[in-house]
Amino acid sequence: MAFGLGVLRGMSITMSRVIKTYIGDFKHLGKPHDPKTLAERQSVRGSGIFTIQYPEEKLKPQENFRLIPMLLYEPLVDEKTGKPMIDEKTGKEVVASERCTSCGICSKVCPPQCIWIVRATKDGKPQPKSAEFYIDIDVCMNCGMCAEFCPFDSIKMDHDYELANYERHVSHIFDKAQLLKSTTYYASIHPTDWHQEEAERKAKEAAKAKK
Amino acid sequence: MAVTAPTAPIETKPATVNDPQVIAEKIKLQYPDAVESASAQGIVVKNNRLPDVARYLHDSPDLAFDYLHNLTSVDWQDRFEVVYHLSSLVRGGAPLVLKVNAAREDPHVPSLVPVYRGADFQEREVYDMMGIRFDGHPYLRRILLWDGFVGHPLRKDYHEPYYEEDKKPFGSRWDKGHHVIAEDRNPWHDNVQYPANFDSTTYQPPRDQIRTIGIEEAKAKKLRTDKIVLNIGPQHPSTHGVLRLKVTIDGETIIAVEPVLGYLHRNHEKIGERNTFLQNMPYTDRLDYVTSMANNLAYAVAVEKLLGIKPPERAEYIRVIMAELTRFVNHILAIGFIYNDLGAFYTPVVYGFEERELILDLFEAASGSRMMCNYMRFGGVARDLPDGFLDKLQYLVNERFPRVTDTLETYLVKNEIFNARARNVGILPRDVAINYSAAGPVLRASGIKYDVRRAEPYSIYDRFEFDIPTGTIGDMHDRFTIRIAEMRASLSILKQAVKQIPAGEIQTGKKNYQARAPKGDAYGRAENPKGELGFYLVGDGGPNPYRYHVRSPAFINLGALNEMARGYKVADLIVILGSVDITMGEVDR
Repeated sequence: MAFGLGVLRGMSITMSRVIKTYIGDFKHLGKPHDPKTLAERQSVRGSGIFTIQYPEEKLKPQENFRLIPMLLYEPLVDEKTGKPMIDEKTGKEVVASERCTSCGICSKVCPPQCIWIVRATKDGKPQPKSAEFYIDIDVCMNCGMCAEFCPFDSIKMDHDYELANYERHVSHIFDKAQLLKSTTYYASIHPTDWHQEEAERKAKEAAKAKK
Repeated sequence: MAVTAPTAPIETKPATVNDPQVIAEKIKLQYPDAVESASAQGIVVKNNRLPDVARYLHDSPDLAFDYLHNLTSVDWQDRFEVVYHLSSLVRGGAPLVLKVNAAREDPHVPSLVPVYRGADFQEREVYDMMGIRFDGHPYLRRILLWDGFVGHPLRKDYHEPYYEEDKKPFGSRWDKGHHVIAEDRNPWHDNVQYPANFDSTTYQPPRDQIRTIGIEEAKAKKLRTDKIVLNIGPQHPSTHGVLRLKVTIDGETIIAVEPVLGYLHRNHEKIGERNTFLQNMPYTDRLDYVTSMANNLAYAVAVEKLLGIKPPERAEYIRVIMAELTRFVNHILAIGFIYNDLGAFYTPVVYGFEERELILDLFEAASGSRMMCNYMRFGGVARDLPDGFLDKLQYLVNERFPRVTDTLETYLVKNEIFNARARNVGILPRDVAINYSAAGPVLRASGIKYDVRRAEPYSIYDRFEFDIPTGTIGDMHDRFTIRIAEMRASLSILKQAVKQIPAGEIQTGKKNYQARAPKGDAYGRAENPKGELGFYLVGDGGPNPYRYHVRSPAFINLGALNEMARGYKVADLIVILGSVDITMGEVDR
């Protein structure tokens, strides 16, 4: 009598999932690949289909997501428009000043020791900036300690996760040119952190000005 | 098939300290010449009297040290020291530390396998890594490295060829750090040492013998069958990683199982001794990659014990939340994979993966990474919880997860096929489980109410009310249902923690990337989803640990696999292995 009931009960789970998938489809009719739809599908209240069809559909990484470090620079701002100037050749924002002072804390704290820094010198005297900066992203374990311990908010974690390449000995050694990202970009991917750090910086400057 | 009668679960009472001084006095009464010294750091026992002392500690009814937590060794350069952590499961409390010295040249220590079978794998590991010979060990052979390996890598005079210095940070990285690809600096062929006159074309590995421990003739044979050795793995989807099982079978009956380990070995402990204390944190993520948050917690607990610091309230709550979410993740996968091993390919486990995904999203929101969290710091956590974290968590632990757990229980525990295959199969009797140092769900399924969260509460586990579920006979069914019960217990802790979590600081003092540990040793442990994860750390005043040892629960639980599987059919072996719940990243280290 009871034989096979267990199978039917089990299949009912699958069946209910199928139905919920269609309900979800109707709910998001016409915009199945919309980022909002995708986020809702994988939210804590999501039911129905759960998976994302990568690479056609992509979820936006969460703000704290960390992958390969990047070096921040302040972009040169056009005085007329108040917007960062853009280099026509590279399409990147023009560097006004780098934040890195070449103190070497990131390379010391790095667990797999994947950061190499050459400090800039002028007339034999060390300068507070780097001449060369390399990160071997094959060795990097994405732990984020360099960003955590950088005293100048200069090294931060990027969001770019599509890093596959055909070879690794050249394209996976990121040099300074590849690592430098503008603070505008940082503010766009880490808005909360950016606002907090700016507020702290302004408070510090105000305290300094008082003295 | 040996079916033991159900035994009543033994209650474990919380913390009574095993004071080494008092116990040393008791040993002295029995064996006046056995104790060399006794201090808060442990009892130093004379090398040749160790078996007597261990036997006395184990058998004496008022001491009853029936459980060997951890066995490791330290290379002090003028001598070796073997360290044992014993405790009584009935009393609980911090383990008693026994230490034995051995000569630097040709070190010998008597084996404790006759007293504690759990010492078997751990002594082999010490022999492999430090070259200490354990007299009387039934099968002293390398366990993680290959048989032809030259040297013992955890000795201080062994330098790994790949690395330019013995300690990090390396001087070549700053301030003239011109990048060199590692292979260019150190060509691959120089990275491997071979025995003298080694020729790969003629090399014969030591002849595989059938292990003598535990072999019994299958009784009541109807057919005349031959014993054969069947290799399962190392590349096999059912072995949960790269694990090789050398199974001796008679017909279809298992006579002996020998796990062959080391395919994922990367000498985690040597890496750990090269790193600074903080640099080890992300490496602990990679031990058991399913439970990285809990590994972080165990390591932080151990280092904080050594440094003598305490995290602030909010950080403690965050830690507990993360550790219990990890337990939920691990168990939901474990029960899914048991079904996988039973032949229900991927259906239950994929439903489990969905819930796991939601938890991993929370981990990513808090720490920045889904699996390699690297979230705990000494005296706190890396960053505060982001906005919206607790709202999501509240919904999950109060509504969604209880619902999911109920569904799993209805469909999986009451499944007829599962009941037919799991009941009275893979039994690990109570005393055997204790003797083999099985930990975590495997131990509790055999009816022993022992949980580190109760026995020696770390973090703030003494504040929460939660059940410690136990099984009755220790079969696969018990090991399955106990995980569901533990998921419920975790949810109850999470509910309390979410309600009570205070606002405030998340870090004690200033963050220090080169914390210096004082001279001394500490054994910190935590109840990981897979069992007791312990870290034995020795500090020498510098920023790098002098000795860094991981007591890996999966590795030691695997030692009891032979006992669980013997006498059952070979088709049950994979499910029995699944019910132990191992991750090879942690087993091989």
